[in-house]
Amino acid sequence: MKLVVLVKHVPDETVDRPLTDGVFADDLTVDREALTCRLGEPDEYAVEQAMRIARRRMDVQICVVTMGPPGAARALVRALALGADEAVHVVDDALHGSDAQATSLVLAAAVRRIGFDLVLCGTASTDSGMSVVPAMVAERLGVPVACEADAVWAGEDEVVVRRDAGPTTDDIALTLPAVVSVTERVGEPRYPAYRSVVEARGKVVRTWSLADLRIRPDEVGLGASATVVRSVTPYAGQGPALIVRGDARDAAERLASYLSEHQLI
Amino acid sequence: MQPVLVLVECDGAEGAVCVSGYRLLGMARRLGSPVAVVRRPVEPRVIAALGRYGATRVCVVEDMAEPAVGTAGAGGARGVASTAVAVHAISELAWQMSAAAVLVPSDREGREIAARVAVRLGSGIVTDAVDVFADPDGPVTVQEVCGGAYRVESVVRGTAPVITVACGSAAPAPAPAEAIAEPAVELMRVTLPEADRRVRVVARTRKPDRRPSVAAASVVVAGGRGVGSAEGFALVEKVADALGAAVGGTHAAADLGWCPHDALIGQTGAIVHPRLYIACGISGSVHHRAGIQHAATIVAIDRDPTAPIFRIADVGVVGDLHEVLPALLEELARRRNPAATEAI
Ligand SMILES: Cc1cc2nc3c(=O)[nH]c(=O)nc-3n(C[C@H](O)[C@H](O)[C@H](O)COP(=O)(O)OP(=O)(O)OC[C@H]3O[C@@H](n4cnc5c(N)ncnc54)[C@H](O)[C@@H]3O)c2cc1C
Ligand SMILES: Nc1ncnc2c1ncn2[C@@H]1O[C@H](COP(=O)(O)O)[C@@H](O)[C@H]1O
Repeated sequence: MKLVVLVKHVPDETVDRPLTDGVFADDLTVDREALTCRLGEPDEYAVEQAMRIARRRMDVQICVVTMGPPGAARALVRALALGADEAVHVVDDALHGSDAQATSLVLAAAVRRIGFDLVLCGTASTDSGMSVVPAMVAERLGVPVACEADAVWAGEDEVVVRRDAGPTTDDIALTLPAVVSVTERVGEPRYPAYRSVVEARGKVVRTWSLADLRIRPDEVGLGASATVVRSVTPYAGQGPALIVRGDARDAAERLASYLSEHQLI
Repeated sequence: MQPVLVLVECDGAEGAVCVSGYRLLGMARRLGSPVAVVRRPVEPRVIAALGRYGATRVCVVEDMAEPAVGTAGAGGARGVASTAVAVHAISELAWQMSAAAVLVPSDREGREIAARVAVRLGSGIVTDAVDVFADPDGPVTVQEVCGGAYRVESVVRGTAPVITVACGSAAPAPAPAEAIAEPAVELMRVTLPEADRRVRVVARTRKPDRRPSVAAASVVVAGGRGVGSAEGFALVEKVADALGAAVGGTHAAADLGWCPHDALIGQTGAIVHPRLYIACGISGSVHHRAGIQHAATIVAIDRDPTAPIFRIADVGVVGDLHEVLPALLEELARRRNPAATEAI
C-alpha cells in the first residue's frame, strides 16, 4: 500500500508571534526567508496517521511530498525523522507566489507520478489556512475525498474515516485510491527518537522541477495566480470578534445565535 | 447584470434558510444578480424570504438517484452524495450562465464544494472572505490574516471566481424594497456519475450521552475558580451535557476538588483541540492558555472585562456566569424545540 503525505513548510508561530512588520515581502507574499519555518503542525498529524497505518500492516510505503522553496527540504527531513520512507521536493523558481490552483496542479502531478493508494493531508496549512488543497488535489486526480477526518482505518480496497457531523458522528467509506485530510484529533505525533533523526539523513529526498512534472512555468507562480493582492493593512480590531455585555438573557441569546450561525451547536 | 451563484443551506428548523444564506445573498447583490442554489424542496415562504434578501432566481437541485435529499433527519444530517450534487449543479450552472462569481459558506462542506468547483471551472478561489465588493477589475475580497492582525484586499481575476464567505462577517440585510421581486423557481435534476458514489456514509451514530474526555472532544466547556463552588460546577457540567461536550477545568478548579484531575487543561494537563471551547470563570493564565491554543473558537464568560482570556477569545461575554449559564441553558433548550423557533 502506497501512502503519500502532503506536507508544507510554514512559518513557526511559536517563534515569530506576534507577527509584526516584515511578514510580507515587497510583492505581498509571505516572506519565508525572514521567518523561522517548520513542518506544519497539522501535517505532522498526517504523517503520524500514515505511521499508524504502517504499524498495522507490513506492505506500507510512505512518501512525503512538499512544494516549496529550497528551505522547505527541512520539513521533509523532519517528516522522514517522524518515520516516512522517502521524500519528494518540488522546487522551481517559477513556483514563487503560486495560489491554491497552481499548488494543487503541481501536487496532483507529483502524486500521480509517485503512484498512490491513499493521499493524507493536514486539515489546513497554518499560514494560508485555506483548507482547499486536499479537495482540489482529489478533484484533479479524479478520486474521492473526505476532509477533516477525526479517525482513519485503512482497509484493502477502501478507507473508512470518522467525522464529526454536529449531532452525529459519521463513518464514511471511500473507495481507494482516495484523498483524506486529518484533524489534530487523530492522535498526537510522537517525538522522533534520536536514532530516527540520524537515520532520516540517510533517506532519499528526490528533487523535481516543473519540467519533470511536464508543467509549463506560466501555469504557476505569481503571474498565473487568480488573486492579486491589492493591499495589506494592519487591523486594529484585536480581541474578540464579538463582545457581549448586559442582561444575562440577551447575552445568552446572542451567544447562542453566534454559535448556531457558526454551526458550533 | 451577470448572475452570481449562491449556495444557500436550508437546514434550519422546518427547512428554514440558515442565516449564512441571507448574508451571502446580501454580498452577492453587490456583484450581480443573485441566484440561490438550494438542495431541498422549498416552501413558498422560503422562496419569498430568499427574494427579500435579493435572490432573483432559485434553483432547486435534486439527486436523480435520491430525490429526497435533505428531508432525512433534522439539523442538516445529509448524505455525502449531496456534496457531489452541489459540486455538479454549481459547476454546470456557473458555466451555463457565465456567472460573475460563486459564493458558498465557509464551513467544511462549503470549502470542499468550493475547492472542487474551482478545479472544474478553472477559476480563482478565495476562502474566508469577510467582505466582498465589486470593482472594474473584478470582484474584490477582504480577508483577515495572522489571526485578524491584517486585512488583505485582493482582486480575483478570471471567470467565475469561487469565494467562501466567513461565518462571522457582516449581518444580513434585506434588499431595498424596490429591488425585491418574486424569484423565478426552477428545478434541476443531477445525475451523479458512478465516480461520485465512491464516497458513502456507512454508519451514523448519535453522539453518546456519556461525556467525552477533554483531549478527544470536539466541544469542551471548562470552569475555573470563578465558578465559585463544587455546586457551581454542576452548572458547567449541565452546559457541557447540553452541548455533548467534555468538562474541563483549570488548575485552581482541580485543586479545589471541583473537577477531576484528568479534566485539567493547560501546561500541566491536557492539550485540547476542540472546535469550540467555552471558558467559564477562567482568567486565562499563560499556563492555562498553553492548553487551549489549538481550540478553533474560544468563548469566554467572565465578569472581569480585563481578564486576559478575552485577549484570545473569539466571543467574550462579560457577566456573572451564575446568571449567563442558566440563561444559556434555557436558550439552548428553546432552540432545540423547533416550535419555538420563529421564521425569519
Ligand atoms: C508551573 C505551573 C504550571 C501550571 N499549570 C497549569 C495548567 O496546566 N493549567 C491551569 O489551568 N493552570 C495551571 N497553573 C496555574 C495557573 O497559573 C493559574 O493559577 C490558574 O490557571 C488560574 O485558574 P483560574 O483561571 O480558574 O482562576 P483565576 O485566575 O482566579 O480566575 C478566576 C476568574 O473568574 C472570574 N470570576 C470570578 N467570579 C465570577 C463569576 N461569578 N462570574 C464570572 N466570572 C467570575 C474572575 O474575574 C477571574 O477572571 C500552573 C501554575 C504553575 C506555576
Ligand atoms: N505547498 C504545499 N506542499 C505540500 N502540501 C501542501 C502544500 N500546500 C498545502 N498542502 C497540503 O494541503 C493541506 C491543506 O492546505 P491549505 O489548503 O493550504 O490549507 C496541508 O495541510 C498540506 O497537507
